[in-house]
Amino acid sequence: MPDIKVTPLGAGQDVGRSCILVSVGGKNIMLDCGMHMGYNDDRRFPDFSYITQNGRLTDFLDCVIISHFHLDHCGALPYMSEMVGYDGPIYMTHPTKAICPILLEDFRKITVDKKGETNFFTSQMIKDCMKKVVPLNLHQTVQVDDELEIKAYYAGHVLGAAMVLIKVGSESVVYTGDYNMTPDRHLGAAWIDKCRPDILISESTYATTIRDSKRCRERDFLKKVHETIERGGKVLIPVFALGRAQELCILLETFWYRMNLKAPIYFSTGLTEKANHYYKLFITWTNQKIRKTFVQRNMFEFKHIKAFDRSYADNPGPMVVFATPGMLHAGQSLQIFKKWAGNEKNMVIMPGYCVQGTVGHKILNGQKKLEMEGRATLEVKLQVEYMSFSAHADAKGIMQLIRMAEPRNMLLVHGEAKKMEFLKDKIEQEFSISCYMPANGETTTVTTNPSVPVDISLNLLKREMALGGPLPDPKKPRTMHGTLIMKDSSLRLVSPEQALKELGLSEHQLRFTCRVHLQDPHSDSDTLSRIYSHLKSVLKGYAVQHLPDGTVMVESIVLKVSSSGEDPNLKVILLSWSYQVNVEVILQKRPLYPSIGVTGVTDRHWRYT
Amino acid sequence: MAAHLKKRVYEEFSKVVQQQPHEEVPAKKLRLTKPSKSAALHIDLCKATNPTDALQYLLSFARKPVEAESVEGVVRILLEHYYKEVDNSVRLKIASLLGLLSKTPGFSPDCIVDDVISTLSNDKSNQVLAQLLDTLLVIGTQLPENTAVTQRLIEVACKHLNSTYFGVRNKCLQLLGCLGTVDKPLTKESEAGTSIAPLRDVQNLISDYFGDQDPRVRTASIKAMLQLHGRGMKLQQTAYSQACKLLNDDYEQVRSAAVQMVWVLSQLYPESIVPIPSSNEEIRLIDDSFGKICHMVSDGSWMVRVQAAKLLGSMQQVSPHFLEQTLDKKLMSDLRRKRTAHERAKELYASGEFSSGRKWADDAPKEKVDTSGVNLIDSGACGAFVHGLEDEMYEVRIAAVEALCSLAQSSPSFAEKCLDFLVDMFNDEIEEVRLQSIHALRQISTHITLREDQLDTVLAVLEDSSRDIREALHELLCYTNVSTKECIQLALLELLKNLTKYPTDRNSVWKCLKFLGARHPTLVLPSVPELLSTHPYFDTPEPDMDDPAYIAVLVLVFNAAKSCPTMPALFSDHTFRHYAYLRDSLSHLVPHLRLPGRKQTAVLGSELSEVGSGSLESAQQFLQESLVRVSTLQNLDSPGAQDLLDFTIRDLKRLGELQTELAGSADFCATYLHCQLLLMKALQEKLWNMAVPLCLKQNAMASTAAQQILEETYKLEFLYSGLETRQVATIHNVRLQAKALQLILTARTKRGVEPLIGLCEKFLQEVELFQRLFMSELPHFQDSFVEKLLELMPRLVACKPLDLVKILQTTLRQSRFIHLKLPEQIHRASATIIEPTGESDNPLRFTSGLVVALDIDATLEHVQDPQTTVKVQVLYPDGQSHIIHPKPGDFRTPGPGRVRLITQVYLSHSAWTEPCQIEVRLLLAYSSSSSRLAAPKPAWNESTEGLPTSESSVEGTINLSKPVKVFIMPKPARR
Repeated sequence: MPDIKVTPLGAGQDVGRSCILVSVGGKNIMLDCGMHMGYNDDRRFPDFSYITQNGRLTDFLDCVIISHFHLDHCGALPYMSEMVGYDGPIYMTHPTKAICPILLEDFRKITVDKKGETNFFTSQMIKDCMKKVVPLNLHQTVQVDDELEIKAYYAGHVLGAAMVLIKVGSESVVYTGDYNMTPDRHLGAAWIDKCRPDILISESTYATTIRDSKRCRERDFLKKVHETIERGGKVLIPVFALGRAQELCILLETFWYRMNLKAPIYFSTGLTEKANHYYKLFITWTNQKIRKTFVQRNMFEFKHIKAFDRSYADNPGPMVVFATPGMLHAGQSLQIFKKWAGNEKNMVIMPGYCVQGTVGHKILNGQKKLEMEGRATLEVKLQVEYMSFSAHADAKGIMQLIRMAEPRNMLLVHGEAKKMEFLKDKIEQEFSISCYMPANGETTTVTTNPSVPVDISLNLLKREMALGGPLPDPKKPRTMHGTLIMKDSSLRLVSPEQALKELGLSEHQLRFTCRVHLQDPHSDSDTLSRIYSHLKSVLKGYAVQHLPDGTVMVESIVLKVSSSGEDPNLKVILLSWSYQVNVEVILQKRPLYPSIGVTGVTDRHWRYT
Repeated sequence: MAAHLKKRVYEEFSKVVQQQPHEEVPAKKLRLTKPSKSAALHIDLCKATNPTDALQYLLSFARKPVEAESVEGVVRILLEHYYKEVDNSVRLKIASLLGLLSKTPGFSPDCIVDDVISTLSNDKSNQVLAQLLDTLLVIGTQLPENTAVTQRLIEVACKHLNSTYFGVRNKCLQLLGCLGTVDKPLTKESEAGTSIAPLRDVQNLISDYFGDQDPRVRTASIKAMLQLHGRGMKLQQTAYSQACKLLNDDYEQVRSAAVQMVWVLSQLYPESIVPIPSSNEEIRLIDDSFGKICHMVSDGSWMVRVQAAKLLGSMQQVSPHFLEQTLDKKLMSDLRRKRTAHERAKELYASGEFSSGRKWADDAPKEKVDTSGVNLIDSGACGAFVHGLEDEMYEVRIAAVEALCSLAQSSPSFAEKCLDFLVDMFNDEIEEVRLQSIHALRQISTHITLREDQLDTVLAVLEDSSRDIREALHELLCYTNVSTKECIQLALLELLKNLTKYPTDRNSVWKCLKFLGARHPTLVLPSVPELLSTHPYFDTPEPDMDDPAYIAVLVLVFNAAKSCPTMPALFSDHTFRHYAYLRDSLSHLVPHLRLPGRKQTAVLGSELSEVGSGSLESAQQFLQESLVRVSTLQNLDSPGAQDLLDFTIRDLKRLGELQTELAGSADFCATYLHCQLLLMKALQEKLWNMAVPLCLKQNAMASTAAQQILEETYKLEFLYSGLETRQVATIHNVRLQAKALQLILTARTKRGVEPLIGLCEKFLQEVELFQRLFMSELPHFQDSFVEKLLELMPRLVACKPLDLVKILQTTLRQSRFIHLKLPEQIHRASATIIEPTGESDNPLRFTSGLVVALDIDATLEHVQDPQTTVKVQVLYPDGQSHIIHPKPGDFRTPGPGRVRLITQVYLSHSAWTEPCQIEVRLLLAYSSSSSRLAAPKPAWNESTEGLPTSESSVEGTINLSKPVKVFIMPKPARR
């Protein structure tokens, strides 16, 4: 039995460092090639030595597929392709291809220039790596080689995020990457057709969460901002550069437009601006509203949102500022925060999770006095709000995707083991399919039952049709006569005659014979005519013939009578019939000669004639 | 046979040519000069050498109409060619033409059924077969009464059902759906020799194809089933389980049709009991299907989602338990139970601690959830609307909002529950959705009372920059119940904010406050001193009477005071003065109050209100009586008739002013009587006995009267809605009289016969037209002008113009006055221009040669089809007038019978030396051809090339509103 093997190198019962190896139908595919944010040593990249101890990966991998541009999904890509060595194709969608190098470069700068690490990939390596990338379009089937094909589906989550269907012959695997089943202000919901893959590899970040409607959160967010602006306060929104920042921008921009507000909104420059540019370009990847209205106005060409300059922070009057980084631990957002923290009219809105130890975490926990470097203390008078906007599917969303795709097996990655356990039980219980959750380096094997395509000759099909009966039902198997010819790698079903002809064989007919001994004093011919007349009287509906050559034919059954050499009274009746089911029926149902004991029926002789 | 037919066709053709020179009537000439269609077609087809040519001929042939009488000939020719033709595409086209031709009105297609069926059994091409079946379908639908044909067609359909080609199966199913009957089993099948077992009814037969391998056939089979239902057949419940299975089909069109099917069955058998699979419980079918359709709201295809969401709205019989599940969504975070924001808001409100600052972990999960108890896959209805309202496609969201609204209308408890969700939708990214949800909330607002926090969210939308949204919200606030005094203050505050931000909303805001005050007098009462800023000891400064915000507050207070007699005691002196002023200037917003010590206004007010409340019946009776009185006037010349008419007209006009419900009817009658009066005056005895040259003055009088009558009749016909055929006929009768009068006058004043001939002919045509249009009404027109004319018609056609005029003269004077019978409800179309107000003294300055946009805001009432009929007229001082057609999008419908026109007109003119006023008014365009009784659309295809536009059509306009003057000043361009 053929099987599919899945081995996570990262993201197995863990979040971060997504890297999953799949071998299906003799093809090896690497899904995502990410890094782990939590480590600064070798553990930050997947362990490629699992694939090969030394030497390049090109011989072992048929292709690499990157689902989206987040670093935990693509951060190790230049390391793998340039430093470990891989020259095969790398597949990603157009927006991912555009934004990925920006993030990689940013990541490289922080690690090398700021932290001073050596033995890290260089800018040139990023460029070389990107040259190996083959872009994908949504719903476009790409033939990697003769047998392996991949197809991308929309995944929501971030711009350009995709789910991929990998197909070899009739075996298929779907990898979801990160996805979101509820639409937001700038992206639509993930969608897949009923592709019924053998394995669905799904993320499970929110395996144990069912979220509230997005609208309440949005409304709250807008209300807070609006109220602060109205009383003349300033609003600081610390964000990470990509993804949520754009969503919040759109949210505020449309709100400003709707409510005719005039207060300025600023956006800290740099990375974000560049990324905004790509958001403008890839309109087709956004949600219905933006796609439909971009002809009149591209939603990412913000009217109310302008670039931020350091000096604006001291301007009087209300304003809203988006600044990086998101956890208030350093950089521009922290600077602005320091300036505004003393005024209770102002507000800071934390749109995401904050790591322990950061200023963001402290203020969220209600700390009113912060110790800054140089023993200065900062009094926090401004209002602190928390607003969670996350773009992963929750438990319901995951279930919904399973219902859409109808997989035969389920495999969970990108989540915590304990949470996966819960979801696994639920999936097994509700869909009654088996669900796996391998740890890193652990291989899951799933046996598949691939269908083998066979060519059938048209004549045979037509003959089958002519036999009548209802039209073939695709959902029910149906038996038919034919000969299966396996030649080289092709399989064909043809009619027996044609098979004989092709193979140059002559036809053999199978006849069964049977001897029945019976005691009868009459002569051979008399016995025969007695049998004939008896049969004639018993078998009314059948054609019984007495042929001149001393045989009786009942339909296609031949009867011959001869006396045995030793005893003239012992007659041997030779019965012969070709392979047909009805013969047996006649024999069993009607004993030939009820008055004479039939002895030989049970020990029938089978032989070729 | 064919040869014979061909000969007949040629005969027809040649005959036509011979007759041509003798023909005189120009209208008929046109038609007859055209060669017969069949002959032309035959010649064309014979000429065609290859299939492509033949196809071209057929295509061009299909573009022209065919007269009913020649259809059969054409069909024979086509069939003949069909037998000869080998090319599939040409046969296909012929088959489709046969179908088209059988739709020709006046042609009965039963004669070609046999031919089509016989060709059907001979043809081999599947596509042609499918087309032929389609033709049969057309024929079958044309002959619904002919049971023999129907029976045959059903047999044919059954026979072809097992075809291998999906198209043929599709068409067969369609045929069965359109023609089959459920109650009668298909007994004749065995005779027809089909392989299908006998004694099966159509529904069984169709449901066999629910499992077909081709999704298109599956869809067609469900559609056929729905068609059966649509034709009034009762479907059996057995189909339910089959349809439910199809809900899981791989193809969206199948699922979409299946959803419909399930819905239909749920409406047919709501109360029957179905088992729940994998348990031994049973539930009502309507509940089961509701759950299933709810499930489809999270389908993969948005088309199906829209369909499902729409259908949910009409499933009113569903049990409340299931209904409330649709809004249910158990939240969970890290396996702990979480409360939704809605629940939290409610709790906050209940605990009295409103609008607390939001804390982190405010939404922290509480108790641990039992793992086994969590059901991630929604069984049935769970959370269907939660999903629907959060959907990616706004079409789905709108459908969900609509469904929510219609379900809430029938269930108050559900309305209470869905309130939070609807309020949430006010924040949608698409304006249409926001608008729809505001409307939805308005519709269910009778069931609900808004909490303070909900009101807060609702009011936040008042700042929306879209005028539609704001006005919809004002409308909503008019119908809203709020719970506390704070709510009223909040609403007032937000409305005043709205007023300062968007001053154009003035009227709408005032109206909103009027209802708000009238609805909540007890809530307004405690805050009156604060609202009017009065003080128990000190006199406060008198507020500015022209301040819209102050007026808004007064409107609120006065309306509340109407049902709260203690309130006026709190007013200060100037408030009473302002009341008197506002009662006069904004009487529609300020009700009459019984104020102590204010006798004057009170008397006036009570008088008015008495009249207002005066029973409608008595007014109606009065109207009827005056009509009856008038109808006793047999002869127009009888003494006192004029006076009677005069008085009646005056009475009716006054009645219309007093009784708004009857205004339409009264006006209508008055106008009609006025026409009669004019006619009567014009026909006075002495005028006609004098010699022509002596009565020039009277002639002039009569001709202006005729002109005026004509105008009035157009007004009567097009300005009033709710007229029946009979009234329209009466109006036409008067119009004919006016035209006759004109004709007579022309005959008297003009020398020579020449100009008369044309006029006479035209007049006769109109009489004929009248006869055609109002055939059924003629019995009511005894002794009328028209009836007499029609009697004399043969004579009129034959006689000379001068004789005709003489006859007309006598008939006109002898004809009886027709008693007007009133229909149930007549409404007069009217319009008021709200903006520009015409009060501004500042001229609108612009550079000559360039354009300036003038905003126009008007309300239209009882205008039918305003998009096409209402125009804006701009009249410049130099007599130039422009007519502007507003865009269809500029018309909004805030309520039934009411239309709001908000548009811009562009003005331009050459330079003036000083500012001057232009007039802007609304017009109602009409044309008599677009009259409600216009002849039916011509033949079976869209081309109207050969048809002259009906020459009798009169295009014109009626003033719909009072003109508004706008000061403008085009300046010369600066060099």
